[in-house]
Amino acid sequence: MTNEPVLLARINKANSEKLEGYRQDGGYQTFEKVLKEKSPIDVITQVKDSGLRGRGGAGFPTGLKWTFLPKDHPGPIYLCINADESEPCTFNNRILMEKDPHQVLEGIMFACYAIRSQTAYFYIRYEYGHAYRILQKAIDELYSAGLLGKNILGSNFSLDIFLHRGAGAYICGEETGLIESLEGKRAWPRIKPPFPAIEGAFRKPTIVNNVETLACVTHIMRKGNDWFKSIGVPPDPKNPRDAGSYGPKLYCLSGHVNETGCWEIPMGITARQLIEQYGKGVPNNRKVKAIIPGGLSMGFMTESELDTPLDFNGPGKVGCLGLGTAAVTVIDDQTSMIDVLHNICQFYAHESCGQCTPCREGTGWMLKITDRLRRGQGRQEDLDILVEVADRIGIMPGTTICGLSDGAGWPVKNAIRKFRAEFEDAIRTGRRSNLKSLTMAGAH
Amino acid sequence: MSFLSETIRKQIEAYIPRYPSKQAVTLPALHIVHDELRYVPKEAIEEIAEMLDLAPSEVYDTMTFYQFFREKHNPLGKTRLWVCRSLACHLRGADKLLDHFCDKLRIHPGETTKDGKITLEFAECIGACEGAPCVLINDEHRLNISHEKADQLINELTK
Repeated sequence: MTNEPVLLARINKANSEKLEGYRQDGGYQTFEKVLKEKSPIDVITQVKDSGLRGRGGAGFPTGLKWTFLPKDHPGPIYLCINADESEPCTFNNRILMEKDPHQVLEGIMFACYAIRSQTAYFYIRYEYGHAYRILQKAIDELYSAGLLGKNILGSNFSLDIFLHRGAGAYICGEETGLIESLEGKRAWPRIKPPFPAIEGAFRKPTIVNNVETLACVTHIMRKGNDWFKSIGVPPDPKNPRDAGSYGPKLYCLSGHVNETGCWEIPMGITARQLIEQYGKGVPNNRKVKAIIPGGLSMGFMTESELDTPLDFNGPGKVGCLGLGTAAVTVIDDQTSMIDVLHNICQFYAHESCGQCTPCREGTGWMLKITDRLRRGQGRQEDLDILVEVADRIGIMPGTTICGLSDGAGWPVKNAIRKFRAEFEDAIRTGRRSNLKSLTMAGAH
Repeated sequence: MSFLSETIRKQIEAYIPRYPSKQAVTLPALHIVHDELRYVPKEAIEEIAEMLDLAPSEVYDTMTFYQFFREKHNPLGKTRLWVCRSLACHLRGADKLLDHFCDKLRIHPGETTKDGKITLEFAECIGACEGAPCVLINDEHRLNISHEKADQLINELTK
């Protein structure tokens, strides 16, 4: 198995964010070659055949998404880059943008060439101010070098990339919420269909791709599909719907570990290996109580489930929503799951956009109930009420427009199923959380 | 005589050719005004609306959705200090850190110090979990904020 990093290969170099260094390392040479020698269809076919699946959380095959665009559309067609990275505990895209923005920009250029887009909107969350300024400089360098703008390198291909800053709303990471926000409206997700590939930004065909996905496109075009498919996990022969988990992945590690960080690892590492080899174990000789495999929305894995591989299929087999963003957060055995769940419910209640009543009210009720549990005032029936609310909000039960509340409900259902004894015990004994701030004044 | 300065108006106008609709300039325009004035007054909303061929209510609708932009009754201080409270930070002491900032600055989240130097906010995950607990100084991350580092930060920002 090849384990030479590509996505993070350059991040420790001096001036890794500059065009000059990127070119010295072979950057944009493949793009120039593709522009001369390959057709847009060739690029789509290659990305499709590589087996690349989106790194933003859903794992949808990237090349397949590109083929959903209408054929022979007169344009304009847009690419939106989703750099809203707001799934709690996730920061891999921030590192890519801050440390090696040109590999992301080259990926955007391949994508736009493939889908025949002349305008890319790079939607970046406001909190990533440093990344925003690095990217703006990198884009300016590309215009000066003639790699962006009209008729790039004398070809018929023209491309503009515009950065667009968000304003602190999780919902903008949902692709149609992002599009609405880009258009200058409330970031209320749209009812699908039509999917963005048919009717997206400014009512035109639009592809929305994640930052890491686009960085992977750069390396697929440079190193080829055989290389990409030599890394990761092939499709499960027993599951005809499995598209495999090929390629390198950026795994984030946070919470109760001795070493936090972001590493590029072939897909399929187990949670235990990640915690022990990369995280150097749990501090203070404590044990793992639970982990979150890929952002809060994915739910929990218990200590006994840590040997599950973190590929697109693994977490689902132990009842998690999926791999999500592969951002692993470790919770040690001295931590109250009630406090953890309350923190999670607080996040979703704050970030529900308010468009669909089941999500707006449901996330609020889950927060109120977990707050009651935390204060030692919980009732036995509260656990069933929590599960009932969680079961009824989301696109899976069919009550909401987007998946935010599926993600809000999943950790609630997982926590109560996997840690029910702890919750029941806390209710029976009336144990209060020992956190100092039981009330937190809301700024907004 | 317009309320917004010529410089601000030019900055906003420069965004218009980037998008097929003028409404898409709403967020960039709000950011430009908010960065400069530390709040977005009614007069600015009206002028942004006029520049973008919108009704002021459309600009106000978008603006208030994000709960990010301040209004006249509640302007930002010189620095906006966000303390992350989401899970990765929570597990590493974010609640106590936010309490510490509140105690030291003698304000609640959302409020501004009397000298107008710091507005304290809590934030949902700011994407720097490798350095939990972390904060944002306006839009720049600071990582691994111990209570000692928090005190240094307050000194730095109130100088």
